[in-house]
Amino acid sequence: MAIRVFLLLPVFLSSAIVSFSLYEDQAGLADWHQRYIGKVKHAVFHTQKTGRKRVIVSTEENVVASLDLRHGEIFWRHVLGTKDAIDGVGIALGKYVITLSSEGSTLRAWNLPDGQMVWETALHSAHHSKSLLSVPINLKVDKDYPITVFGGGYLHAVSALDGEVLWEKDFTAEGFEVQRVLQPLGSTVIYVLGFVNLSEAVVYQIDSKSGEVLAQKSMAFPGGFSGEISSVSSDKVVVLDSTKSILVTIGFLDGDISFQKTPISDLVEDSGNAEILSPLLSNMLAVKVNKRTVFVKVGGEGKLEVVDSLSDETAMSDSLAVADDQEAFASVHHEGSKIHLMVKLVNELDNVLLRETIEMDQHRGRVHKVFMNNYIRTDRSNGFRALIVMEDHSLLLLQQGAIVWSREEGLASVTDVTTAELPVEKDGVSVAKVEHTLFEWLKGHVLKLKGSLLLASPEDVVAIQELRVKSSGKNKLTRDHNGFRKLILALTRGGKLFALHTGDGRIVWSMLLKSQACERPNGISLYQWQVPHHHAMDKNPSVLVVGRCGSDSSAPGVLSFVDVYTGKEITSSDIGHSVVQVLPLPFTDSTEQRLHLIADTVGHVHLYPKTSEALSIFQREFQNIYWYTVEADDGIIRGHVMKSSCSGETADEYCFTTRELWTVVFPSESEKIISTLTRKSNEVVHTQAKVNTDQDLLYKYVSKNLLFVATVSPKGAGEIGSVTPEESSLVVYLIDTITGRILHRLSHQGCQGPVHAVFSENWVVYHYFNLRAHKYEVTVVEIYDQSRAENKNVWKLILGKHNLTAPITSYSRPEVFTKSQSYFFAQSVKTIAVTSTAKGITSKQLLIGTIGDQILALDKRFVDPRRTLNPSQAEKEEGIIPLTDSLPIIPQSYVTHSHRVEGLRGIVTAPSKLESTTHVFAYGVDLFYTRLAPSKTYDSLTDDFSYALLLITIVVLVAAIYITWALSEKKELSEKWR
Amino acid sequence: MDKGKAVMGTGRRWAVEFSDQSTVPSSRDILDPPGFSRASQEQDDSANSRQKKDAEANWKLQKAWEVAQSPFKTLMMMGFMMWMAGNTVHLFSIGITFSALWQPISALQSVGKIFEPFKDNKVELLMPKLVFLALNLGGLALGVWKLNTLGLLPTHASDWVSSLPPPQEVEHSGGGFVFH
Repeated sequence: MAIRVFLLLPVFLSSAIVSFSLYEDQAGLADWHQRYIGKVKHAVFHTQKTGRKRVIVSTEENVVASLDLRHGEIFWRHVLGTKDAIDGVGIALGKYVITLSSEGSTLRAWNLPDGQMVWETALHSAHHSKSLLSVPINLKVDKDYPITVFGGGYLHAVSALDGEVLWEKDFTAEGFEVQRVLQPLGSTVIYVLGFVNLSEAVVYQIDSKSGEVLAQKSMAFPGGFSGEISSVSSDKVVVLDSTKSILVTIGFLDGDISFQKTPISDLVEDSGNAEILSPLLSNMLAVKVNKRTVFVKVGGEGKLEVVDSLSDETAMSDSLAVADDQEAFASVHHEGSKIHLMVKLVNELDNVLLRETIEMDQHRGRVHKVFMNNYIRTDRSNGFRALIVMEDHSLLLLQQGAIVWSREEGLASVTDVTTAELPVEKDGVSVAKVEHTLFEWLKGHVLKLKGSLLLASPEDVVAIQELRVKSSGKNKLTRDHNGFRKLILALTRGGKLFALHTGDGRIVWSMLLKSQACERPNGISLYQWQVPHHHAMDKNPSVLVVGRCGSDSSAPGVLSFVDVYTGKEITSSDIGHSVVQVLPLPFTDSTEQRLHLIADTVGHVHLYPKTSEALSIFQREFQNIYWYTVEADDGIIRGHVMKSSCSGETADEYCFTTRELWTVVFPSESEKIISTLTRKSNEVVHTQAKVNTDQDLLYKYVSKNLLFVATVSPKGAGEIGSVTPEESSLVVYLIDTITGRILHRLSHQGCQGPVHAVFSENWVVYHYFNLRAHKYEVTVVEIYDQSRAENKNVWKLILGKHNLTAPITSYSRPEVFTKSQSYFFAQSVKTIAVTSTAKGITSKQLLIGTIGDQILALDKRFVDPRRTLNPSQAEKEEGIIPLTDSLPIIPQSYVTHSHRVEGLRGIVTAPSKLESTTHVFAYGVDLFYTRLAPSKTYDSLTDDFSYALLLITIVVLVAAIYITWALSEKKELSEKWR
Repeated sequence: MDKGKAVMGTGRRWAVEFSDQSTVPSSRDILDPPGFSRASQEQDDSANSRQKKDAEANWKLQKAWEVAQSPFKTLMMMGFMMWMAGNTVHLFSIGITFSALWQPISALQSVGKIFEPFKDNKVELLMPKLVFLALNLGGLALGVWKLNTLGLLPTHASDWVSSLPPPQEVEHSGGGFVFH
């Protein structure tokens, strides 16, 4: 076997030199790209009579986008950086989209039709504060009303035309917090309302032309404010006092401040704490009391009165002017599997303008946000459309009692990914629809043949392309022979599990995480729970979704077991303890359920599944199971070992106590942990030997219990360039997590994080910044086992007299040595991954997620410590590349070709059944999937292979044989008669 | 032409034998004429034929030696071809090497057949045979050596270790950062 591989590999390697790329017409055959925007925070409609109707949205993924209101497609989209959160969106002058971001310090204008940036202004910012954007609605296009922006303690007036700061006013006084900036329509006075130490209300009147303070009034409020505020009109706001039981109306008409207190108990009986809801309604506010939404009308003199109350599960939009002096708002509430959309007038809540009932998928959860827009129907009446954001982050447009379009924006915030197999094709499953008739098959191949012989007409080329996309039934919902069809399971931040088909990226099923204990658990991570392939073949595979009720680490956990084929939850359990870590163990029970340990905050571990069989398996391996924790803040890594059953404390026999075994303490004054990494637990390694050119043998130190740790000096933990080279150093460690032994330590002076690393087989590749060279660097460390090195006698190996396959223990303290090499790398990196194949024979490629949100495939051969400046002939033949100071970036080796995976956060690889091929899935705001063959597809024919040509050749050959045979017979006969 | 001969051979119905078989005594049914003594002629013949036979044996031995030494030429030829083929694995070098292996093996298999024409009581064929064997074995060795230089023989430790999977680990460990 090995010899065969040796025979074959050089042949393939020689043909698979660097050139990994695809032709233009191959794009989109095996890969797909999906564009998302994330959970919508703000939405501004732009529905003028002329032009295309669109909605401008900003999202929690820091995306500003313009969506087509008819189909929900993205017209344009900009992904701002991760630290550039959007605080507000508006449309100015009818042609610019204004965004305020980075805590009110960056103001940008984008051209509305095409999304080009028109101007950008960096605003002066002193300290962290609320950031408020108010874009005036100007009715006359030619007149430039300034945009008022409050952020970072300053109030700015910015010209909408060119972004010039007209004036700025300092509000950075100690303890003063600006709450609202209001400008009555048509007035030149801006009111700035703020609190001093939450106990004194201050109102400034500012001239909007010059920025001068016209008047300043302040008034102390003895009870103190809680900070929650709702503006109800241009001269009134309502706040809650510090006890959250009294609503205070603050009127500041003409600069005079007046308070009017209304206890909530006067409005609602037996009330508890209240909460002011965010929707802006004119002369009215919505308060959440006792799990009910109460509408409180604010009278002319600040008098409050309850006008309506709704059930808790209600989402509301801001109010919107529908007629001359009437304002309406939309509210959505649930009832069973339906949602009710109602549009009411603010002044007359009984007057329901619109009432629609829409069937809603249960797996979208509740409605989180509603944005309303009106339009004039042909019969001059008002029509309404509502954009709703659901609990799973999806975005839907409702109009005329139906869902016009929906976008699964939950997929913009994927947190964990795993893959799963599709069901096996059964006899009952009909595939006839996909397969063609023989004639069609032949026709297709003749077309392909024409294409390859350059005989195809343009129409034929189009037909060929269509055929290729359609071909091979790549979108079928059954397992295929090569393992190209799979399900990608993605868990999103919204707690929803999606199953995507690798063929075209469609959603096969989706499921929202549920729990009895809490309303909506957060999804944390995803594990393979049951993968039947030897036993229990009648069972469907399933995954374990670990979630948590609340964001705190001590919050109780939720486990959910999901059937992969159907997408149905098998069971779900509130486990009653917290979840800080999940350890999948390398053991499975008789039904191939994988054993998992879940560690909680008190240092106990809990065994799942809770069966006696699992318990007996676990107890057999009890002594050999360890876990470690990384406490990055304290710079400590602790190793633990199982101690005993915690029967003394609880009656739970599946709970075990642990004992601390070792600690690695990094000196806090010089080192701070910034990154840790282990090998993927499911990685397959084909061989333990590394053969050098002269048949010299090195033994890889292949251990799953190795932890890569990178530390920097605390000063250097900040941004790149914030320290001098002398002040910063980077140290990397390889630590055995069983014994706590440090196997290798490497120090890089004058270097700085962030460190992005990838760990596979016996090597680590990591990326960091070299301050001295002002360049990014990549270092590779390969680790070899010295203690096995003497196993070199051929006869002993032939006779099997060696201990190379005997189980090893970390306590034998194997001698290791490392080889490393560093290179410059021209790009900043977001994440690194490595390809993984079914048997680990195929050579590996590093998949580097670059700062440009693309994925670069780099052969592992480029990061090989054996590279030298002048490799010998034998080394060259082996494929060793001459050493260069920097790693090449070959444009053709971008696997994402023309796409960008905006906001790239992670790359996941999974093997297919074909050894040469690996699945690659990248996620960020966008999703991207492709298949890669790092050493080309040496074990299968390519899709382009012309079967027709082969068939024709065979037919021609057979015909030729028959003809020549007949001819020779004839000739022979005539010879005989001569 | 071969075909024509075969047809002639199988399709023969009758034949006239023109050759004289009179020298064979057993086939003689006609008495010798008087005064004719066959014995003297036979004696004379036998002396003549002994001489002839010696010459033939010498000739056979010489031929046998020639045949025995013939692999040497192919050996040299093979050596040259191998040197030309180089030490990398490709179609040409593999072809050369396998023919270098196949030729001696087939020659060794048919060593009896090759020396059959020279078989004689008086000819000592052992030495030529041994030389023939040795040279062919030399050719075989050359082929095997070539196979080895091509790296196709599992003579290195690496060939035996590469197929061994990495050893199992006794201990299992997991963990990392605490979930946030």
